[in-house]
Amino acid sequence: MPELSAAEFWVGPRVTLALFGGVYNNYLALDVLLRDTYRRGAAGVYFLGDVGGFGPHPARSVERLRESAVRCMAGNYDVSVGNALADCGCGYTDPRDNHYAQISYDYTLDGTTEEHRRWLAALPTRITMMVGKHRVLLVHGSPRRINEFLWESTTPAAYIHHLCELYQVDLIVNTHTGIAFERRLADGRGLINVGAIGRPANNGRLTVEYVLLHLEDGQLHSERVALEYDHARLAAEMEGEGLPPEFVATIRTGWWTTCLEILPTRERRQGRF
Amino acid sequence: MAAPLLPFLHLDSLWLQVTGSRCNIACRHCFISCGPKVDRHAMMTRAQVQVAISDAERLGCRAYYYTGGEPFLHPEILDLIDDGLASGPLHILTNGMLITREIAAELAHRSAAADYSLDLRVSLDGLSAAANDPIRGEGVFEATTTGIRRLVEAGIEPSLALTLVDPAGASPEGRTAMLGFLRALGVERPRLKLIPPFRIGREAARSGRYGPEARLAAEDLDDEAPWQLGCGTSRMVTANGVYTCPILIDYPSARLGDGLAKALVPIPLAYRACFTCWEEGFSCRS
Ligand code: SF4
Ligand code: SF4
Ligand SMILES: [Fe+2]
Repeated sequence: MPELSAAEFWVGPRVTLALFGGVYNNYLALDVLLRDTYRRGAAGVYFLGDVGGFGPHPARSVERLRESAVRCMAGNYDVSVGNALADCGCGYTDPRDNHYAQISYDYTLDGTTEEHRRWLAALPTRITMMVGKHRVLLVHGSPRRINEFLWESTTPAAYIHHLCELYQVDLIVNTHTGIAFERRLADGRGLINVGAIGRPANNGRLTVEYVLLHLEDGQLHSERVALEYDHARLAAEMEGEGLPPEFVATIRTGWWTTCLEILPTRERRQGRF
Repeated sequence: MAAPLLPFLHLDSLWLQVTGSRCNIACRHCFISCGPKVDRHAMMTRAQVQVAISDAERLGCRAYYYTGGEPFLHPEILDLIDDGLASGPLHILTNGMLITREIAAELAHRSAAADYSLDLRVSLDGLSAAANDPIRGEGVFEATTTGIRRLVEAGIEPSLALTLVDPAGASPEGRTAMLGFLRALGVERPRLKLIPPFRIGREAARSGRYGPEARLAAEDLDDEAPWQLGCGTSRMVTANGVYTCPILIDYPSARLGDGLAKALVPIPLAYRACFTCWEEGFSCRS
């Protein structure tokens, strides 16, 4: 079991924390998120990684995160960009997916300054915290692997139980797949995947999602929040930057058009392609 | 030279040889030499399957694979599917020939009702009867494509498993042809699983045994090896016990005992087939 970073503590009769992942260069959604979490009284805001990829103007998202009070973690994308690796390490299997992934990775790496890369490379890859009496572990993919996909239809209760036991936590919060879900065990422990704010969740909607975690009377419960942002502007800027039309279509329609081979059968069937 | 030891990480997936070595056909490349009269590994009873699944569940398993032989020969296959899907995502490896309209409808119903994904992986070895049937047998192409159509009509999109008896199949053109083939059968979201031939079992007679170069050394492996090779994160259960992987069930030394708990140990990659897994970057999982 890898060593855990210093714990953070949240106490009080009522605490609200905001958790989000996958900015994917969508600085417009990030702006909306920062206002929304403030308006909803989030005492802490946590970003679970993957600043880059997919969208336009990589520096804008990094700058916003650095200037904000958001507690940031590294995703596989940030480890790759931070260390100027050859690819994003997303773990795609289809050559066509890797082709598109490489276009946005090269674009992101190109638009990231050395100072930004140093900042990305220094981000933690896990955070443990106490929220009331609950021990919560934040990771990007899974506690085992930064780029492990935990989808709803392929992450059974038995596996979540195993992870909670192994890492001695009550709740695991992750992202990386881009589709949010929550699975609780009978004893109240569980896993929350917060989805991504960078692109819609392959559901035909143009909004993006994050999660609020409420501590109330000692109990933890979550709330999923849909964010509206200026998707038309994002799509136009992506076109202006010469990013793949397939990516732009996802922003305009809410359906994923690439990187579909990694989707489990259930999640794939819920999409259009 | 001692064979490298592969660490065992965690039981991510459990394979179950539900019908043993019993298959309705006898492919010429079958690396476990299955067939209509082959009983080296017996069919598993439903009770055996349930014990294996509940053991695996306690160990934190995250996916189940039913294989054979041909799983749809099992008289209680639908009950077994319920048992698997109650615990986690389930993959069924089949030649598709026994998928009737009724079975397809039952599968679709279960797929829609379960919490977890149900995946059908249908095997073929060529995109025409002329390419497929010399390996798999007269009439198999027709029966398998009929099975795929029935699944699609019921609302299930199977993936296609294709053994690369012709290595050219792995080229971009080969992939495109396979995806087009599936689309023509009505599969809107086609997926492929390409399998290198393992020159053991019946395949050894067809394409020749491995030569002396087919040996792994410790320095061949890196930190990713246990994540990548199937045997770093899965085990195979048959009526005869627990084995390192679905490929080696006819090697007595690959048997790791009766129960799962004691089988989650490092294993020596001492088999010729290991060379193919490593060289091809292959793992049996989806
Ligand atoms: S390869 Fe599969 S379908 Fe062919 S004989 Fe072996 S088990 Fe049966
Ligand atoms: S044949 Fe492949 S899966 Fe089986 S033990 Fe060897 S390397 Fe592992
Ligand atoms: Fe990621």
